[in-house]
Amino acid sequence: MLLVPCPNCGPRNASDLRYVGEAGPRPDPNTATEAEWRSYLYIEDNPAGLLRETWYCRAGCRRYFVAERDTTSNEFVNSPLPGNKIGGKA
Amino acid sequence: MSFLRSLSLNSVGQRVAGSRGANGDSQSKPPRYSAGGLFVKGARNQPWPRVWREVPLQKSYDVVIVGGGVHGLACAYYLATNHGITNVAVLDKAYLGSGGSGRNTAIVRSNYLTPEGVAFYDRSLTLYNTMSVDLNLNVMFSERGHMTLAHTDGALRTMRWRAEVNKLQDIDSSVIDPQEVKKLAPSLDVSDHARYPILGALYHPPGGTIRHDAVVWGYARGADHRGVEMHQKTEVLDILVEGGEGRDGKGAGGKVTGVRTNRGDISAPIVVNCTAGWATLISDMAGVKLPISTRPLQAAVTEPVKVFLPTVVVSGSLHVYVSQTDRGELVFGASVDPFNTYNIRGSLEFTEELAGHVLELMPGISRMRLLRQWSGLCDMTPDYSPVMGFTPVDGFLCDVGWGTYGFKAGPVSGEQMAETIATGQTAKLIEPFKLSRFATGELVGEKGAAAVGH
Repeated sequence: MLLVPCPNCGPRNASDLRYVGEAGPRPDPNTATEAEWRSYLYIEDNPAGLLRETWYCRAGCRRYFVAERDTTSNEFVNSPLPGNKIGGKA
Repeated sequence: MSFLRSLSLNSVGQRVAGSRGANGDSQSKPPRYSAGGLFVKGARNQPWPRVWREVPLQKSYDVVIVGGGVHGLACAYYLATNHGITNVAVLDKAYLGSGGSGRNTAIVRSNYLTPEGVAFYDRSLTLYNTMSVDLNLNVMFSERGHMTLAHTDGALRTMRWRAEVNKLQDIDSSVIDPQEVKKLAPSLDVSDHARYPILGALYHPPGGTIRHDAVVWGYARGADHRGVEMHQKTEVLDILVEGGEGRDGKGAGGKVTGVRTNRGDISAPIVVNCTAGWATLISDMAGVKLPISTRPLQAAVTEPVKVFLPTVVVSGSLHVYVSQTDRGELVFGASVDPFNTYNIRGSLEFTEELAGHVLELMPGISRMRLLRQWSGLCDMTPDYSPVMGFTPVDGFLCDVGWGTYGFKAGPVSGEQMAETIATGQTAKLIEPFKLSRFATGELVGEKGAAAVGH
């Protein structure tokens, strides 16, 4: 079981949330090339260590938030604060 | 032997002469294990020979394969057997078959959804069929049939679609009704009262199970017999690349010169990434980014009972697949966990959900006890197809992204990767799975047949 620290609802089981994916800046649609879009869509950093990721609190506050987690231990670090900006791949 | 040594890759560096104790040639098979041999050795108290040699690590090889699982070993075996390239080292950071090759649920089948996928996996099934003879080792292939249950109209429609794609390519695959399901596997609840009633199934008689450890050992033994070296506890720390456009000369346009391991540097003009779970970490070392996220898949096994389940049973809707081993244990597998992680700790939540789903299918086994559970890492790609062949870095090849279907593809991947390496041309069967498909948008969507369906 993975307890995800939702900034509004507190720690909740991961099954209450939806994992959206790695958080990162979306390319600017006015200037992005096709290759940049495809890379944004498909290519992953997939680090073994700290990962910035977006979660959607599906069964709770229904807000997106960005959290940081160590993918080798599954421990969340720097718990997100309410009002954190929505990250990347939503 | 000198004849063999001259058969190495033409374009690549000098071979290290002498000092290599290969004990066979590319035609003969490794010796057969026999009851008579066992008796003689036992009577004379002779030591049992090692399955593969343990030799000192050389400073250079023609080909270095990272990852000593079924894919890496099969690639090495076919390089030596089909192409006479024997100056090959297979490196593994732990022991051979310690990753996905020893953690999968050992199910093989070829009833995929896309024509590319079907052709590819069918070749693998063909190789599995003759493997015991080819490798002179009993891999215990049990062609017991494979049944994918449909619980919804949508699922039934996909089954129909798969069956037609399969039939066009001469694969024995058909949609059957609940009565036939009951006949094949009497322990299944096919009544209308089930929470997820069984509406039909895709039945694939050539599917079955195999002993996965034997496959790993068989390939290791066969490769060793032809002079390939296996190095365990040899972790690749970096891949040496020159002339690329990225940091330290890595990345696109670069050329591989070797690998750095915890046992020293090795120079090699060709490095093949055959890892699962750590595929992106290895590729990052060469400056190649992959469309892969790492997720764990959990599996479990029960105590052994008398044989009652004659086929492999899969339910996509219930996220479960079940087969009974020759010893009588039921092996359960599930779907991948829904978030990226390299952590393979199991969870009670999984066990609870799995047990619940299995009981919905087979209410009769409610008193059975689980023996143990484990998990392995799966490299998931966006289209549920692998990433194979050349990369933007010259000399760096990938055979990765095998998600939850890597074991059944082991032999054909090895064979096709070996052909790709030996000829310098992407082999026809793996052409659809090239890395550049993500840049051009030519994805090979296998989600309908690969997700959970084992």
